[in-house]
Amino acid sequence: MDTLVQGLLLGGLYCLFALGQSLMFGVMRLTNTAQGDFIVLAGFAAIAAAGLLAWHPAFIALALLPLAFVAGYGLQRWVLNGALGRDPLPSLVVTFGLAIVIQNGLLQLFSADPRSLDAGALATRSVAAGGTAVGVLPALIFAIALAATAALQWLFGRTRLGRAFRAVSDDREIAELMGLDARKVYAFATGIAFVLIAVAGVLQAMRTTVSPSDGPLLLLFAFEAVIIGGMGSFWGTFAGAMLLGITQQIGFRLDPGWGIWLGHLVFLAVLVVRPQGLFPKTRG
Amino acid sequence: MSTELIETRALEAFYGDAQALFGIDFTLHAGEVVAIIGANGAGKSTLLKALTGLVAVKRESVRWRGTPIGGDAPGDIVRRGLALVPEGRRLFASLSVEENLLMGSFAGRAGPWSLQRLYAMFPVLREKRHMPGTSLSGGQQQMVAIGRALMSNPEVLLCDELSLGLAPIVIKEIYDALPAIVAEGMSVVLVEQDVSLAQRVSQRVVCLQEGRVSLEGRSAALTREQIAEAYFGLHAAAVDEVRA
Repeated sequence: MDTLVQGLLLGGLYCLFALGQSLMFGVMRLTNTAQGDFIVLAGFAAIAAAGLLAWHPAFIALALLPLAFVAGYGLQRWVLNGALGRDPLPSLVVTFGLAIVIQNGLLQLFSADPRSLDAGALATRSVAAGGTAVGVLPALIFAIALAATAALQWLFGRTRLGRAFRAVSDDREIAELMGLDARKVYAFATGIAFVLIAVAGVLQAMRTTVSPSDGPLLLLFAFEAVIIGGMGSFWGTFAGAMLLGITQQIGFRLDPGWGIWLGHLVFLAVLVVRPQGLFPKTRG
Repeated sequence: MSTELIETRALEAFYGDAQALFGIDFTLHAGEVVAIIGANGAGKSTLLKALTGLVAVKRESVRWRGTPIGGDAPGDIVRRGLALVPEGRRLFASLSVEENLLMGSFAGRAGPWSLQRLYAMFPVLREKRHMPGTSLSGGQQQMVAIGRALMSNPEVLLCDELSLGLAPIVIKEIYDALPAIVAEGMSVVLVEQDVSLAQRVSQRVVCLQEGRVSLEGRSAALTREQIAEAYFGLHAAAVDEVRA
């Protein structure tokens, strides 16, 4: 029971790592290989802001969200749109290059030391439930992941912006014939993805530590959650993250060195048995 | 005030190095229904793509009410009042019938066309409005594609191969809706391979052959002989011989 609960809570964090990736892939078929590094960058931005402003992490997170949206919008509009096309290689190369720039920039600014964002009593508080101790911060992260997934699904399925996202994803040329500017729609999608990245980065820095070299591992977890769940499906991403989190916790319970490894094994098993993921394209 | 809505002069279009249109001169007047006919590869669809910004052309070669619009973004062109029903329908696969129709309203033009009006014209779409657009029959998908274009409240409706792949009874049902559309003061350009159908529903026929205008005239006045020669570059008797 404890393993299941802790796995679900860990899955909440992985879900937040992965939602932005799922959104960008779902709308633009763009695989952001700098996803993990942007999460780390957001974590460091929050730590730096906390050092400068001495605000509560919640206020720092709220202040970061609009900045993250603008950064994502601008990055897509003026950098990534130029790399989009039938060939996925240019966008992979651009985001890979960005990952290297971010990692080295953070090393230069903050050194290689792991750092964390002081969440105060929230970091250690827990409640007893069903014979197990549930950390308040991990539970809050899980609730945020659940809310973010539901919000994205609602945005995609029920709003005018969501229709625009789905339309440009289905057929960009015809969507432009309807009066949409696909480049702006893509920029909106990346703006929202970066808001999710900022949330993930702040919560990662609150729950554990961040260091400049963490990005590739976080990217791997995000990838695994997205692919297990099915590309372009938000509830699938949520389910994939939960499965990954539970599997890792089972591995950690068996042997502290097995957790990550067991997660990779499940990911590979899904790739072999069901390469389209568990819930492909359930949006709308 | 000129009644010329669309005017092309020496319009040329290319796909990479391959030239598809060679100096097309074409005019559409307000209230007109014009049929573009021609064999496969004659340039009919390319002409519509050039008018709607889907193929790059010289700015001065396409005019809308006298203003050069050649090479403008498709979104800007649809906001001026041109809407395309594309070949093969090309509905959005992840959108329902109603969502597909609503996509047409993104252009933000005011006018007589609304969901209710479309459902009155094509009642079957109201029944199936929550179904995925691409799950409908070919004819019903064509109704959605027409409705989606009408939802932008255009002044000119450009239709690419409405009858392609549809049963005759379905084609009749779709073309029966045309008078109601034209009655709203809309002008229509139809690309159509069925020559007799094209002549029947249009006031004027323009025939393309290998990217050039090979014939133009009033639909009722053109003879089978003239059309066969312009369409295939053969006399009607020779066409009959080939068919035999």
